Amino acid sequence: MKHRHLLGLKDYPAEDIKSIIDTAFSFKEVLERPIKKVPSLNGKTIVNLFFENSTRTRISFELAQKRLSADTVNFSASTSSLKKGETFKDTAQNLEAMKIDAVVMRHPTPGAPLHLTKHIDAIIINAGDGTHEHPTQAILDMTSLYEKFGFLKGLKIAIIGDISHSRVALSNIYGLKIMGAEVTLCGPSTLIPPFVEDLGVDVNYNVDEVIEWADALNVLRIQRERMGGGLLPSIREYRNLFGITTERLSRHKKELVIMHPGPMNRGVEIDSAVADSDQAIILEQVLNGVASRMAILYLLLGGKLEEGKN
Amino acid sequence: MNFSKLKKQVILKGGQILDPLTKTIVKRDLLIEDEKIKAIGKVKTTKSAQIIDCKNLIITHGFCDIHVHFREPGREDKETLETGSMAALAGGFTRVCVMPNTDPPIDSPEVIRYIIDRSEECPIYIHPIGAITKGQDGGELTEMGAMLAEGAVAFSDDGLPVTDSSMMRNALDYATMFDIPIINHAEDLCLKKDGVMHEGIISTNLGLPSSPDITESNMVHRDLSLTELTGGRLHVPHVSSAKSLEHIRSSKKSNKKVTAEVTPHHLFFTDNDLQNFDTNLKVAPPIRTKSDKKALIKGVKDGTLDCIATDHAPHTIEEKEGTFDLAPFGMIGLESCFGAVNKVLVKENNFKLLSLIEMLTTKPRKIMGFNNNLLEIGTSAELTILDPKEEWIFSKQDIQSKSKNSPFVGKNMYGRVKFTINKGHISSK
Repeated sequence: MKHRHLLGLKDYPAEDIKSIIDTAFSFKEVLERPIKKVPSLNGKTIVNLFFENSTRTRISFELAQKRLSADTVNFSASTSSLKKGETFKDTAQNLEAMKIDAVVMRHPTPGAPLHLTKHIDAIIINAGDGTHEHPTQAILDMTSLYEKFGFLKGLKIAIIGDISHSRVALSNIYGLKIMGAEVTLCGPSTLIPPFVEDLGVDVNYNVDEVIEWADALNVLRIQRERMGGGLLPSIREYRNLFGITTERLSRHKKELVIMHPGPMNRGVEIDSAVADSDQAIILEQVLNGVASRMAILYLLLGGKLEEGKN
Repeated sequence: MNFSKLKKQVILKGGQILDPLTKTIVKRDLLIEDEKIKAIGKVKTTKSAQIIDCKNLIITHGFCDIHVHFREPGREDKETLETGSMAALAGGFTRVCVMPNTDPPIDSPEVIRYIIDRSEECPIYIHPIGAITKGQDGGELTEMGAMLAEGAVAFSDDGLPVTDSSMMRNALDYATMFDIPIINHAEDLCLKKDGVMHEGIISTNLGLPSSPDITESNMVHRDLSLTELTGGRLHVPHVSSAKSLEHIRSSKKSNKKVTAEVTPHHLFFTDNDLQNFDTNLKVAPPIRTKSDKKALIKGVKDGTLDCIATDHAPHTIEEKEGTFDLAPFGMIGLESCFGAVNKVLVKENNFKLLSLIEMLTTKPRKIMGFNNNLLEIGTSAELTILDPKEEWIFSKQDIQSKSKNSPFVGKNMYGRVKFTINKGHISSK
């Protein structure tokens, strides 16, 4: 692995993404066994440092760590008690003092994991930093796509919804572009980041055209708080224009793969029937999430690391 | 930095005297006696005189920065008038104007008097800029007349834009009676929202909330229009965008009462430098794109931008060590100013050193109405001595400010201030 930490997928080497995906498949096989545990990270200590609420990502990481026989500690802090930068540094240095090997961190601020690397020596894995990146989610999404299609190069992926506020979208864009996939973003123009085309993606506001074009849709959660501040007029309007509904999909003959990073707003960005249909791989993503995170932890903590690189 | 009292007689020997007022550079010795300029020309060396070898050095007017934050009263943990003075001297500045966003704000004749009295003891000249509105809250005009009588030199709600157009109109209108500049930090707060950097591909890369260049230029345009309406004097601080510059350029064609400043950091950095989330580069208005930087350099060259001002804004390590969203806006800039602007403008963009010195001396003094004839015999010595070609790397040791929030640390500089003589003292590198 070229990088010691996993902070984001921007400029991440394609061969390292590929080896994470390959390793994830090996671990997925482990997860199918009656005894789902391997001793790979026996004796390693990992802290799950969550400055923001998370259920799925934290459980997924924790499970991945336990399957690898690592010792894990969970630290959840409400950000209200951490309004001061010094406290962040203190928290980090306290952890360091306790001799740990890696930190999995979620934080509401973009750049917080990079910031943490300046204070401690442990390996840092970004589990989501504000509206910046969520690299492990993008890797599990790519693992799921690779599993389904057998390739990523040339695959047509549409990301639908609130792109501006989505770390999932940004990491997916970086990762998919590195792996040679084509990416189209679709969502209300107020929720598409400025100059995003410079990242090599297309933007299309017509969801029907996008469905016609795509091999897979990655449907993002629409947060109700976006209705304030003039970004979106109403849920009804959003559903009419961008909702992945049974009715809309039925107008297209082709088979589509449907993904969602969760948690879903059924009946908002996606219909229940679509989410539960055969074309949805949403629960596969959840299992691949554990396998992918096992792969990442294994490769960063236990696998071979080229000396002296950061 | 060494700092000591001037001897009775001091001879600056063998230097080039650059006078930005007469726009001349000549090789002359300069004798200072009893803290005043006594003679310029061939000076006889006496035994008791302190001799400063100025070979290959430029001797010029002390620099003047019309936009600094010295945090007194209220945030003496960040800077005081004394520590700010030492930072100024290290950067060759002998005279500064301090912004009123202190705690309490400089919004009454009493606080102006406090700053004036306190600055008496300081080794540089400090002029307070009064607030435009009481408490900087945009509600009521301050007692400008009384504040001017106590020593205020201009008015600004710096940091906080005067959002209400009617209030801005009144301020410009009222200030016409005194012929002093109104300085408005131009950012449309509605458009800025929670933006912490310039809106562009880099903000998209970083996932940081951002605001576009028109956040600034819209308000600059409004202020220029109000200036035309009222006949007031407007000084536009820290111009950061090509669009604002365009508005100023076009307004200046017909309106002689408009002036504008640019900071070293907007000339030196681009938003690409924020890629590593350096909180020291979090400033308002934000560091913008390469093309904005290019436009600002052009604005310097064609005279649209009148002067350099650092917007020296000290913040504690604790505040700047936090995450990007929580870190306050601002960076220090006095110590690194000359090496940075001389590099960008003179070395990299063929700007004349003489013109740059004007932007650090006569031009800002003219805006504030300060004495500009600093090389006249009998004048109290207020001089900066610099090596225009020294290549060096700015380091933490070069910082005299109480705060260390500088993104210039580790950057290559071109040109360096060697000595600053002011108020009977000399500081040297």
